[in-house]
Amino acid sequence: MINVQNVTKKYGNKTVLNIEHLDIPKGQSFGLVGNNGAGKTTFFSILLDLVQPSTGTIISNEVDVNNSEAWKPFTSAFIDESFLIGYLTPEEYFYFIGELRGRNKADVHSLLEQFQDFFHGEILGQKKYLRDLSKGNQKKVGIVASFIGNPEIIVLDEPFANLDPTTQIRLKSIIKDLASNQEITVLISSHDLMHVTEVSERIVVLEKGDIVKDIVTSEETLKELENFFSGTLAD
Amino acid sequence: MGLYFCATFLMLGVGAYFIIEDLELGDPLTIVNSFMIYYLAADLIMRYMFQKMPVLNIRTLLYQPIKKNGVVKYSLWKTVASFFNIMHAFFFVPFSIVLITQGYDPLGVLGWHLGIFALFYTNNFLNVMMNNMDSVFYPLVALMLILGISQYYGWFDITVYTNPAFQVLYELPWTAILPWALLVGMYFAAFSYFRRHMYLDAGLATKHSEAKTEDYAWLNRFGNLGTFLKNDIRLIRRNKRSKTTVIMSVFFLFYGLFFFTQSLETFDHPTWKIFAGIFISGGFLFSFGQYVPSWDSAYYPLMMSQNIKYREYLNSKWYLILFATVISTILSVWYIYFGIDTYLAILVGAVYNIGINSYLVLWGGAYIKTPIDLNSNKNAFGDKQAFNAKTMLLTIPKLVLPLGVYMIGHIFIGETAGFILVALTGVLGYVFKEKVFGIIEKIYKKEKYKTLLAYSQKN
Repeated sequence: MINVQNVTKKYGNKTVLNIEHLDIPKGQSFGLVGNNGAGKTTFFSILLDLVQPSTGTIISNEVDVNNSEAWKPFTSAFIDESFLIGYLTPEEYFYFIGELRGRNKADVHSLLEQFQDFFHGEILGQKKYLRDLSKGNQKKVGIVASFIGNPEIIVLDEPFANLDPTTQIRLKSIIKDLASNQEITVLISSHDLMHVTEVSERIVVLEKGDIVKDIVTSEETLKELENFFSGTLAD
Repeated sequence: MGLYFCATFLMLGVGAYFIIEDLELGDPLTIVNSFMIYYLAADLIMRYMFQKMPVLNIRTLLYQPIKKNGVVKYSLWKTVASFFNIMHAFFFVPFSIVLITQGYDPLGVLGWHLGIFALFYTNNFLNVMMNNMDSVFYPLVALMLILGISQYYGWFDITVYTNPAFQVLYELPWTAILPWALLVGMYFAAFSYFRRHMYLDAGLATKHSEAKTEDYAWLNRFGNLGTFLKNDIRLIRRNKRSKTTVIMSVFFLFYGLFFFTQSLETFDHPTWKIFAGIFISGGFLFSFGQYVPSWDSAYYPLMMSQNIKYREYLNSKWYLILFATVISTILSVWYIYFGIDTYLAILVGAVYNIGINSYLVLWGGAYIKTPIDLNSNKNAFGDKQAFNAKTMLLTIPKLVLPLGVYMIGHIFIGETAGFILVALTGVLGYVFKEKVFGIIEKIYKKEKYKTLLAYSQKN
């Protein structure tokens, strides 16, 4: 589904991302971990053609993302608050995304219906603009909006950050549901090793732009990751 | 823009005395004093709209080991050095010096100067307490407008009553103590107001207006274009900065008064009518259009990764500019009072704006790349980056070209031919809309990464 070839990103002499080869098959739930500055967001940004790679290409579903816009209809993402429109109410925002993705109001409503628990009554009908919602609630809106319009690739950067414990648990079951669907490829990054191992079939560890680990998730994965990151601490 | 204000004020400060004398309006000090009430009111209005409140940076100070009174004092004194205060010195200092050199009593001038000085600072502290008081603010604006109009038509002249209050500062210099007492009182009022409201859930709380979901279902018939138009309407209605822009474009409607009232001889040439026509009908075009796509800077990554075609995005902005230009043209119909040819010039300007200038602002916008903070009026008057070489070059076809085209028609055939030529240029531009949009689209795509990077600097 996603094929990364020799992608590097340099700012001046500093290489922030250097992935020689990476294949993410369709339907995989893919977790990306790494410390700050490891290149996680840069990788997602290149995948979404928000940043131009210094070299290399990413082919997403046979589309070279840097040269064609044909990836947009089947890809959706929530990276940070710059994916939200502050002066809209959550409803307006969902409808807007829906209209962009060819979904009418009824479609959007039936989708939102499934996330009533996740919203916990704090999102819909609150008479608030997105800019006035708390960080956690903004995140809920952004995550759910990325599910609108049956995307085949969903990219979520740090989806667990800023969420309260109940919502984190609900989000995990939502992502697991998505992952069980063989049509949807989910890419998430996280600083929370426990969450990410729980929801991903495969975990890639980035360090200073390089892939240093590529693991199929198993019982031992969490331990392995913890050892790895305490190791980098010792260095 | 700040520099521009300072320069203008400085020139006025030096020149006002001699201009008033030349025009034989009367004693320059008296004339300045009679306008003083309007000046002070305008100052307060400007401050209310644009001067940033010191509260914005207070939050971080609250947790520091500093006494609350200290924080309040610091914040209030910080406003003292604000540009909104310094600006006036550029007028009053040279004006006072000129007064003394022209034989006015130095002590009187000093009293007057210090008194007025105190009044502007009184405004400064008054404004601190006027945060978010639209119910007081708009009636004040209305009152000043009514007074101004009444004075113009000679119904009622408030300056007859206010003038002596300022004049007395010169005649009896010791009375300058009174405005200073007022200033000190205002400082303490602001101090205690501030001190009382310094809690996160009181004065420092960000005000949340109740949001209402708005459908604009009637725009659905325009398909994807309607989707963007809906958002653009919400953008304009719900954000401080864009509201200011709309108010500014209303002021443009009156721009023609400079030209058509024959108040300045230099402008008494038909070519200037076209110039005025372009500005009158194009207020929104210039003040809003030049910042496309910066209006969407806060969520540009979303726009760039969503299922959006540049063509539709640009088209929506173009239609917005089109509607605004048409509305401005209709609203300026009262210019017929100055002759049918005056209104024709505005119509011709509107056609040129729609046919040519609408593309040029969208084009130029691709190079501006200044993120816009929708919730603040900072930089509302433009900033340095908006004046780079490329945008400067683009003003030539915006303003110089239509004037040139008109001149050609005017010189060789006559006024009407000039009008027709300019209008034809506009129509010709409209015919090539799809082609031009193709070019603009390419430029937007080429600039995409740089634009995203520039916008992210602020976010």
